[in-house]
Order: sequence, then structure tokens, then C-alpha cells
Amino acid sequence: MDLILEYQSQLIDGTLMTIKLALTSLVIALVFGLLGAWAKLSSNRLARRLAGAYTTIVRGVPDLVLILLVFYGGQVTLNNIGVMTGLWGYVEVSQFAAGACTIGVIFGAYFTETFRGAIMAIPRGQIEAGISCGMPRSLIFRHIIWPQMVRYALPGFTNNWLVQLKTTALVSVIGLQDLVYNAFTAGRSTGMLFTFMAAAFVIYLMLTAISDVLLRALERYYSRGVVRAR
Amino acid sequence: MMENLLSYIPLDIALIADNFDRFLYGVWTTLNLTFLALLLGGLLAIPMAIARASGHAVLNPLVQVYTYVFRGTPLLVQTYLIYYGVGQFEVIRNSWLWDPILSSAWWCALIAFTLNTAAYTTELLRGAIADTPTGEVEAAIATGHSYRSRMRRIILPSAFRRAIPAYSNEVIFMLHGSVIASTITLQDILGVGRWLNGRYYLAYEGFITAAVLYFLIVLCITWAFRWFERRYLRHLVRRSEDTSPEITPAPVA
Repeated sequence: MDLILEYQSQLIDGTLMTIKLALTSLVIALVFGLLGAWAKLSSNRLARRLAGAYTTIVRGVPDLVLILLVFYGGQVTLNNIGVMTGLWGYVEVSQFAAGACTIGVIFGAYFTETFRGAIMAIPRGQIEAGISCGMPRSLIFRHIIWPQMVRYALPGFTNNWLVQLKTTALVSVIGLQDLVYNAFTAGRSTGMLFTFMAAAFVIYLMLTAISDVLLRALERYYSRGVVRAR
Repeated sequence: MMENLLSYIPLDIALIADNFDRFLYGVWTTLNLTFLALLLGGLLAIPMAIARASGHAVLNPLVQVYTYVFRGTPLLVQTYLIYYGVGQFEVIRNSWLWDPILSSAWWCALIAFTLNTAAYTTELLRGAIADTPTGEVEAAIATGHSYRSRMRRIILPSAFRRAIPAYSNEVIFMLHGSVIASTITLQDILGVGRWLNGRYYLAYEGFITAAVLYFLIVLCITWAFRWFERRYLRHLVRRSEDTSPEITPAPVA
């Protein structure tokens, strides 16, 4: 316990990095998820095909493979494009950028399904009613689709977020100084790997437990006024 | 510019072909780790799911704590805790468990994966058991089935079938999770890919080959489950609908 207190700043820094990474990739995932859901529900065949390929490929390949590919391959690709087009000089892909983008894009595919399901759960008649009242599309989205979509999407969102938060641990493999990485180095240097990995274990558990409690409260908030059967 | 493009986009196919036997060995390692963990985890999950569903005063909360803890933490941390962590204790290093089992990366990966998948499988089975139509249970009671026999003959067979779609996700997630084996020195598919890239100083070949192999395995698993569902869930499909209920993989937290 004393040892953990001695290394607490390292653990706290790691935890903050993990949270930062998870939130950044969440924003990217939400953008990709909304775009993907919009593409899957659009009347454009090409958009539907593209979105379908996106979700299938991303769900078929493990996260760590994509993270490594983007981190090592992405840097080479970017520099080659830079040399070819002459638009930029040498760029270095940071661990954080590679991790946040890859995890964001991966979970975008899961959010695509969540949002698509949520939009489809809204009765078609309500949207038709909006159109027949002469509401513009943006107004229909804001007043009819969005408030209900949030309610239908929240359980899936909670699920995705919890998985995503745990997935960020993989970025330690490419050397980002997150919670796992810092706990591991602290454990290595003190010879107390169990103690420090257990500390990381408990901190992750706290993060998921807190998210779980908060998001369930949000679910209750958005479901107020819904009468449940039974 | 076109020449420039062609000079680096094609992968070194010959190199991948030369090392393909290694990749096949990696496929073997990945598959046997994943499916052994699924088998052992599944066997552990059945009694735990029954304990959860029965609401047993002691067992239910115990199992619940277990599944909560293992579902709330990353598999990577669980694996590190077992592989790197356990060696901290001299008692364990001196015991009979150390030499054949806990000092081996393969065994540690198997233990971590098994405990992880057991936690997820327990919860999805518990859900399937809880979803048993009340009428079926009442009918079993009315015909004089004891708790044991109605669990064995009525509830579990139908719960297993109802759990198939959710379980297909768990199988795919376990396969995805098995890449963690490569972080503790094992030569699974990704391990071979990382080895190839490290050895020849490459950026793509190993990872892309690994990605394609994983993708193919996921496709096979999806097809296998489609077939299972068509066969075992036929009675649940409404007449007017297509015979294949769609699988929508979603992560399970």
C-alpha cells in the first residue's frame, strides 16, 4: 500500500490519460456512428454499401491489429503521401492520435448499429406527421427524432462506452503512457507487478462502475414519461 | 507520380508466402486458445448461470461479484495480472503450480481468457434462463418435474437455443480478445505478424496478413452460427419472415 502511495502520481497520470483517450475516441466514434447510421438509412445505394462494408470490416478485425496497423503503417503512408504531393514534410503519428482515431473508427461501427436501431424504432407515422405539418427536415430531426433517438440509443450507448473504455487499455501496447503502461512500469521497477496490476484493475473497475451508475441515471431521465409494461 | 505510387503500395506477397507456414501455425495457436477458453468458460458458466438465475442467497451474490469484476475490467489487465503478477509471490513460485502452469504464457492466457469468457457467458445464459416462458415452467411443475429435472429437461435446452445469437457475439469477441496473447510473447496470428514486421522492418505486411486471417475466421464463425440458428431456432421464426434471423453483433459490457 505504501508503494502504491509512493507511485500514486504515476497512477493518477495514467488514469487521466486513459480517460482523455476514451473521451477523445468517444467523440470520434459518435461522429462516425451518426454518419454511418445516416448512410445506412439513406436512399443512396452507394452510401448504404459503403456503410455496410465499413461496419463489416471493422467488426471482423481485432482492435489491436488495427491499432498496430494504423500506428506503424499509418506513419509510413502519411509520409509517402506527403513526399508525393509535397503538401507536408515529415509527420510523426503519436501514440495518442493513432489510438484515439483507431478506437474511434472501430466503435463508430458499433455506434452506427446503435443509432440505426434507435432511429428505426421511431414510428414512421410521427415523421410523416411532421412532414404533413410542413416542418422542415432540421426541425423534424431536432423535435421528433433526436429526443426519442437518445432514449432508444442510451442502453446501447452505455454498452458501447463500457467496452470502449476497456479497449483503450490496448493502446499501452504501442507505448502510450496510460494506466496499464504506468502501472506496468511501476510494477517492473519495484518488482511488485501484482500489486500494481491489481491497482490498475481496481481503478478500471471504478471507472466502469461510475460510468455505469451515471449512464443508468441518464437512461432513467430520458425515459421519464414512458409507461413500462408489466 | 504513378511509378511512385506503385513502388510502395503492393505488399511483398512473396515474403508473406514464404512465411505462410508460420501464419498457419499462428492460426492454430489462436484457434486452440480461443476455443479451449470458450469450452472451459462455457462449462464454468452453466452452473454459475443457474446459481444466478435461481437467486440462491449465497451463490447468487458471489457469482454476481465475479461477473461484475471480470466484465468491468479490460482483458489485457486480467492477463497481465496473471502472467506478470502472480510471480510476485514466492509461495507460488515455489509451488507445483509454477513450473508447468503459471510460468507458461500459454497457460496464463488460457486461464485469463477462460475466466473472462465465463463471466460474459454466465450473464448471457442467465438472461436466457430468465426469459423462459412462464407457461413452460408452470407446465413442468404441473407434470411433477422436480427443480433439477425441469432445469435439465425444459429450461436449459430452450435457454441454450435462445442464447445462440448472443453467444455468437461472445465467440467473435473472444476471438478478437485472443490477440492479447501476442502481448505476452505467444505466437498467435498477430504474434506472427508482429514478428514478421519486426524482423524485416516492415510496416504493413504482417499486420495486413493478420487482419485478413482474422477476418476470414470471423466470417466462418458468422456462417456457422447462421446455420446453427436456422437449425435450432426454426421454431422461433415467425412464418411470414425470412428463415434466418439476422445476427447483429454488438459488444457486450
